[in-house]
Amino acid sequence: MIMAIQKTRNPMPAQEPGVRAHNFDEVALGYPYELAMNEASRCLNCKNAPCVNGCPVNIKIPSFIQAIKENNLSQAFRIINESSSLPAVCGRVCPQENQCEKYCTLGVKFEPVAIGRLERFVADWHNENESASVIRPVSNGHKVAVVGAGPSGLTCAGDLAKDGFEVSVFEALHTAGGVLVYGIPEFRLPKAIVAKEVDGLKQLGVKIETNVVIGKTLTVDELFEMGFEAVFIGTGAGLPNFMGIPGESLKGVYSANEYLTRSNLMKAYRSDSYTPIQKGGKVAVVGGGNVAMDAARTALRLGADKVFIVYRRSLEELPARKEEVEHAMEEGIEFRLLCNPTEICGYQNADDPRDPKNGSVVGMKCIRMELGEPDERGRRRPVEIPGSDFMMDVDTVVISIGTSPNPLIKSTTAGLDVNARGGIIVTEDGLTSRKGVYAGGDAVTGAATVISAMGAGKCAAKAIREFLL
Amino acid sequence: MYQIVSKKELNPTVVQMEILAPLVAKKAKPGQFIILRVNEEGERIPLTVAGTDAIRGTVKIIFQIVGATTLLLNQKNEGEFIEDFVGPLGKATHIEGIKKVCVVGGGVGCAIAMPVAEAFYKNGADVTSIVGFRNRDLVILEDEFKSFSTRFVMMTDDGSYGRQGNVTAPLKEMLEAGEKFDLIITIGPLIMMKFVVLTAKPFDVPVTVSMNPIMIDGTGMCGGCRLTLCRNGERITQFACVDGPEFNGYEIDFDEAMSRGRMYAEFERHQYEENCNLLKRG
Repeated sequence: MIMAIQKTRNPMPAQEPGVRAHNFDEVALGYPYELAMNEASRCLNCKNAPCVNGCPVNIKIPSFIQAIKENNLSQAFRIINESSSLPAVCGRVCPQENQCEKYCTLGVKFEPVAIGRLERFVADWHNENESASVIRPVSNGHKVAVVGAGPSGLTCAGDLAKDGFEVSVFEALHTAGGVLVYGIPEFRLPKAIVAKEVDGLKQLGVKIETNVVIGKTLTVDELFEMGFEAVFIGTGAGLPNFMGIPGESLKGVYSANEYLTRSNLMKAYRSDSYTPIQKGGKVAVVGGGNVAMDAARTALRLGADKVFIVYRRSLEELPARKEEVEHAMEEGIEFRLLCNPTEICGYQNADDPRDPKNGSVVGMKCIRMELGEPDERGRRRPVEIPGSDFMMDVDTVVISIGTSPNPLIKSTTAGLDVNARGGIIVTEDGLTSRKGVYAGGDAVTGAATVISAMGAGKCAAKAIREFLL
Repeated sequence: MYQIVSKKELNPTVVQMEILAPLVAKKAKPGQFIILRVNEEGERIPLTVAGTDAIRGTVKIIFQIVGATTLLLNQKNEGEFIEDFVGPLGKATHIEGIKKVCVVGGGVGCAIAMPVAEAFYKNGADVTSIVGFRNRDLVILEDEFKSFSTRFVMMTDDGSYGRQGNVTAPLKEMLEAGEKFDLIITIGPLIMMKFVVLTAKPFDVPVTVSMNPIMIDGTGMCGGCRLTLCRNGERITQFACVDGPEFNGYEIDFDEAMSRGRMYAEFERHQYEENCNLLKRG
């Protein structure tokens, strides 16, 4: 019997744009059981399964979807968990349209299976229904240090702990999670989910030491002196890039890192917060990636009257995840494409040097762009259109043009080679130029995705296992 | 959680605490700072390391009660705990090669200036210390400072103790008298440091200032503490938390730093008042 295939994927229930623009609750609400079963039934369980290779950690996608079809959600979770340590996170933040779903066989003629939404469904079901009574493995007597409690560090720590290693994770901030807690907002990734992942690691015996800055409080060399036999560096790419245009130090200009750290990590979005953040007014976010979308949607929720995304290329080139762009547009964020800022203008009261508004942003000068020849990476180069300057009326500017690896580890660790962009150089196993020192995630690649950081953490854990056992 | 091992009031608004943080105590050098949070919902604030005791594992901090968080911190007593304490952050003061130094401290900045004077003094340098306070009641660390100084000058704005006037006055006199310092290092309110730099400029003496911008993480990831320096005709940006907190005084755009430091003044005032009221009620 041939069954008709549903051509379109099941929509993800979400908060109404008009409502969610004023709260920090999660926007995407998750599939209810019926929608999940329906979506799972769309999977052809095709022989090739190109989705598996499309996944940076090669989750056995058709198998977990088959388990959903058979109503064995426990098994579905186990299959996902074999390859992924953070399914509740990745199901929410992976750019599936560039990964698994891009290669979906069904996607050739119709809409691809909503693999990410199904992963989230299974992970959330597991968190709600299965008690995390984790059996702590017997120690194998070997100690490993992990630097950074972000996606790559947490993943590496978890995999090693499951194999009996005694793992200590050293985190510079006061909370574990890295970009999952300081970068990605609550409305995209509830912090309770991250906290649950971290708790799971503690139950496995992983020690998480917050408020320790490796390179300042302790050095990598000292970690070896303390008895750790291998070190994994997962320090991310936390160094903010600025444009270098005039006015970037005016009051009201933030790097996206600062803006998001204030809002997400320090909870400045709450009215009772001790950490301030500029709220309301008109906000321009410069950039087109996920971080820019997060900053723009945060600004809106902080009460901005108008929020603009200012991006120098066109919509096709905008690198942000499709769902974030859609949500941002639905929420009323205005996209000023093919525009680039040239100067940020500040208020100056000629008559009163004591005016408290002096030195605050009052506007941003921009110039229109057109797309020229492709650059070495194949992206069409944006070129200024002479004489097309215009002024934007804004009082907050968030510079969201990317981040680079933080140079602290390199500058305090002898013998660690980095490339021209500051990324730590590693072999395909994650081994750095120093014996026993491994690295992965944004600290190696520059700013990328949670899942590729996770994949690097898994890869390094495997290499460390082989190195020590 | 980090325990408060000792607490001492230095003057009505300045408090000294020793916090148990062995890793920080072992590593921290003069000029470096820590970041702390009093409780779980609290903000992160930077405070300079005023001293360390590596054997007891304690770090000394001296703070002025100026805002909501310092107010909350002052509510904690010996034996109690604060939520977070991280360091040592920033670059340590450069001590080597300086044979004659003038340390100029203003107000609570003297608390930070003293360990610097101590480091230079113990390294064999000739240390001239000039400290200034608004009035007699606010004077702190006088004996400690004197013990690390070859020469010590006390100034008060109102003349109620020591000599009357601004810290720049004795500095100017010394420079005009032909004294040759290898370095002037100054720590205190931005406006004071700006004027120390202006005073020293005609004499071409190197001046190091210790900047105190608003900070969040303290490890170089947010750029909130950025300062603009003018160097060789170019304006460059540096982060106080990783490139500083000490900088070449001649390069710093003080006016911008003062402006940026006032960005949240209204919020801070409101938070402080709210907390004062809470304490009065409680």
